[in-house]
Amino acid sequence: MSNKIRIWTILLPIFLVAGCGDSPWNNPYPASDADSNTVYSSFDERPKHLDPARSYSANEYAFLAQIYEPPLQYHFLLRSYRLVPLSAAEVPVARYFDAAGQSLPEDAPAADIARSDYLIRIRPGMRFQPHPAFARDTEGRFRYHALTAADLDGINRLADFPEVGTRELTAEDFVHQIKRLAAPWLHSPIAGVMGQHIVGFQELAGQLESAAGQGPLEQAATLRRSSLAGVEAVDRDRFRISLKGKYPQFAYWLAMPFFAPMPWEAEVFYAQPGLAERNITLDWYPVGSGPFFLSENNPNLRMVLERNPHFHGEAYPTEGMPGDAESGILADAGKPLPFIDRAIYSIEKEEIPRWNKFLQGYYDSSGIASDAFDQAVQIDVEGEPILTDAMREQGISLLTSVEPSSFYLGFNMLDPVIGGDSPRARLLRRAISIALDYEEFISIFTNGRGVVAQGPIPPGIFGYREGEAGINPFVYEWRDGRPVRRSLDEAKVLMEQAGYPNGIERETGRTLTINYEAVATGPDDRARLNWIRKQFAKLGIDLVIRSTDYNRFQDKLRNGTGQVFMFGWNADYPDPENFLFLLYGPNGKVEHQGENAANYANPEFDRLFDEMKFMDDGPERQAILDRLVEIARTDAPWIWGFHPKAFSLHHQWMANAYPNQMANNTLKYRRIDPELRKQKRQDWNQPVLWPLWVGAGLLVALVLPAWWLVRRRERRTAL
Amino acid sequence: MTAYLLRRLLYAVPILIGVNLITFVLFFVVNSPDDMARMHLGEKRVTEEAVQTWKQSHGYDKPLIFNPEATGIARLTDTIFFEKSVRLFAFQFGSSDDGRDIGYDISQRMWPSLAIAIPVLLVGLAFNISYALFIVLFRATYVDIGSVVLLVAMLSISSLFYIIGGQFILGKLFHLAPISGYDTGLHAWKFLILPVIVGVIGGIGAGTRWYRTLFLEEIAKDYVRTARAKGLSEGRVLFRHVLGNALIPILTGVVVVLPLLFMGSLITESFFGIPGLGSYTIDAIGNQDFAIVRSMVFLGAVLYILGLILTDLSYTLVDPRVKLQ
Repeated sequence: MSNKIRIWTILLPIFLVAGCGDSPWNNPYPASDADSNTVYSSFDERPKHLDPARSYSANEYAFLAQIYEPPLQYHFLLRSYRLVPLSAAEVPVARYFDAAGQSLPEDAPAADIARSDYLIRIRPGMRFQPHPAFARDTEGRFRYHALTAADLDGINRLADFPEVGTRELTAEDFVHQIKRLAAPWLHSPIAGVMGQHIVGFQELAGQLESAAGQGPLEQAATLRRSSLAGVEAVDRDRFRISLKGKYPQFAYWLAMPFFAPMPWEAEVFYAQPGLAERNITLDWYPVGSGPFFLSENNPNLRMVLERNPHFHGEAYPTEGMPGDAESGILADAGKPLPFIDRAIYSIEKEEIPRWNKFLQGYYDSSGIASDAFDQAVQIDVEGEPILTDAMREQGISLLTSVEPSSFYLGFNMLDPVIGGDSPRARLLRRAISIALDYEEFISIFTNGRGVVAQGPIPPGIFGYREGEAGINPFVYEWRDGRPVRRSLDEAKVLMEQAGYPNGIERETGRTLTINYEAVATGPDDRARLNWIRKQFAKLGIDLVIRSTDYNRFQDKLRNGTGQVFMFGWNADYPDPENFLFLLYGPNGKVEHQGENAANYANPEFDRLFDEMKFMDDGPERQAILDRLVEIARTDAPWIWGFHPKAFSLHHQWMANAYPNQMANNTLKYRRIDPELRKQKRQDWNQPVLWPLWVGAGLLVALVLPAWWLVRRRERRTAL
Repeated sequence: MTAYLLRRLLYAVPILIGVNLITFVLFFVVNSPDDMARMHLGEKRVTEEAVQTWKQSHGYDKPLIFNPEATGIARLTDTIFFEKSVRLFAFQFGSSDDGRDIGYDISQRMWPSLAIAIPVLLVGLAFNISYALFIVLFRATYVDIGSVVLLVAMLSISSLFYIIGGQFILGKLFHLAPISGYDTGLHAWKFLILPVIVGVIGGIGAGTRWYRTLFLEEIAKDYVRTARAKGLSEGRVLFRHVLGNALIPILTGVVVVLPLLFMGSLITESFFGIPGLGSYTIDAIGNQDFAIVRSMVFLGAVLYILGLILTDLSYTLVDPRVKLQ
């Protein structure tokens, strides 16, 4: 090795290290971004779809909701959840008509209503994000609507198109998007639901079937030409949606990206030959009007949202819940949104690096993995979660909220032993409901992150009752101001009444055996399954665990071959209908392929449900909800399980973090202090160099004696 | 040699067909086209009609391997297996089930995999050979015994331990490198430090033990004794003669893995957030994306066969006595 090489070998790492400048060595971001107004976050799974007609999962909405603007949104701060305008100028009010087309009053009986009309006026002056689909040449022709193979040379990403344009939103853009929901080639997950409600939707879907085999350009043209009877643009700023009968929950759908405006130009642009081969598709590069646009979409690495220069502007809410003003969450009231310029989401598949990078300040917010729970949170004497000292010293704050979700243990009501409406089966289900200690489950398997469910409706949703009035009397009793699970002895009495004393079937003398259908993949599942087996064993029931993969599990639910299973539901919208429909007979999984996985059917429940779903919130609806919940508790088709509680941690430089389980478009409210973040990152991440010197010293200490030994051995004489 | 190569390439065809068939059968034993459709359509509100439409538009509405309703050769060709597999032989990977071009994704994702795998291979090779020679130099001493104990311990430890330990010590405790992440171009270097160090350390146990065995076998041979008798220094004996003659098995081991470097490492890429082909494959399995899975398995098989052919060729380069016929 020449001297020069030796010198460079030593100097190169020093230069590389010096190249880091003031930035900490472990900083995963460019040093130049240290004081940028950027939110740093992560994602663990690449979004499958970014087309608002197709996307229907939380990890996709994390991006889509910042880009697309449906007519409505949820108020950021007010509870219960309230719809407010987003791209609509105001929240539309339904107008009702009878079969003869005569207008009906607002309180007309649902049975009389043949059609509901929603006239939506859009907010004026909104413009789409910069996009090549809108670019025009000097003569006003679209710059990129007739691309040739030569034009696509060197084009690999959307950003490779040098020219972009924009245009103002019109009512036609909303109509176009609703028509897209009916296109069979787009596989919109809500096509089935909308087909039941929007006038002419199924007919349009049928007409478009013939275009399913055409090329993308023809499909785009067909879709643009087609008309949807129940959706029309009244003028440039207004469009009308006509629904069959009454469907008050429709307003909630208007707050989902499915109903965000889509420019026809984008569809035509992406349909051109050669773009899909370059992965430049509408499913990959959204075209929205929201506060941010997707400037980099490399979900193998990172996704970057940047401030949309054409954003119409919106103000931070001025109204909140009692105590919000004192907490400081209203400090930015009335200020223009968004506060940040950019959000960078890096892929982070594993919990451990994600958590450590949050602690180092490289992510602004974080959830809490089970492994890190004890490090972050402890339970105080009152049973409330509080931060550990280490977290408090770092200035981290904790936010918790109950999710509008239910995780339940379902009984297959078609099963001859555990199902049906016989008193015997009902007593058996109630006994098991008492024995299965969900308080313990939450404590062991979710680190206490959940509240025991007393019925199908979660807290925060209309119809949920607090306190003594809200307990499930078949499982709990109210004692000393709190619900207390009924004793195991009571459960055993129920077992005896059901004909299974100590778990032995009276007629046959055999131990009652129940099959539990489970999706089990790892060691954590084994612990959970053992726990469930023990709960059933308390009553002498022999629980047979039938573990399988998720596909087979779904098959069993569809075929109704299982007996007991654990399942969950995450709300589409904050209305009790969206939970109680899981118990509605005509939604039975086996017979109707619906979401009623327990196949529960009770004529009275179904009748009341039909009545309740058309009602507006109020005492009358509450009374029916109470009755529905009572029927469900009596029949016990589920063990009601628990409602998970979301825990999130935020660094001190992150402002306006506020739990809102329904709104996905909350990035625009976030504000950060980049200077404070830069300072804290510097303080927390100073490189520790002594181990390098110790390591080098050890190496020398090992090599030098060896070298000396070798030399001595070689110079030694043979004798 | 040309005839030999042609013969080997022809042998590859039935092997690849077999690999394809096995992948196909194994995949569809676990997943049916209905499962795939439901996975892609989401869990909520999926109707049977939507499932059928998805299958039709993605070409999964045909029989899997044999079509009894067709006639003649179409009984075999008008099937999912034939239609999805034949184009692979022309390296046309097609689109993934969510519509992305697989060939493009592979071309993008192989570079991060290589950026990790090549330094790990080269640095690991250099370190392991040096360490093995060092041990051989002090064979039958406490250095040898201590090293063997250390190496056995090291190769007994799971690679996951090295990854988590490396992230904890170098990234979290000493703040010397980013814990995870990646960037394109020259900005990637600081993200490579930790995975490369971890990869090299993780490979020391098995690698050095293997090379030590090779060198010890060589050092017992007559030509080494002759070299020493002629008065050559121990260093010259080891580095020039022993190392040179041990190159054949070393080369065999290295050349056979060279093509597979493209395929990346499943665990390393996942933990370090490296967007390589390893994580691409894992994601595809998780998402039941058969189009990607079959492409990656096919590519892996092709590269493995290529590696074996290259190994045979490398014999002729390092040992003139070997002739391929």
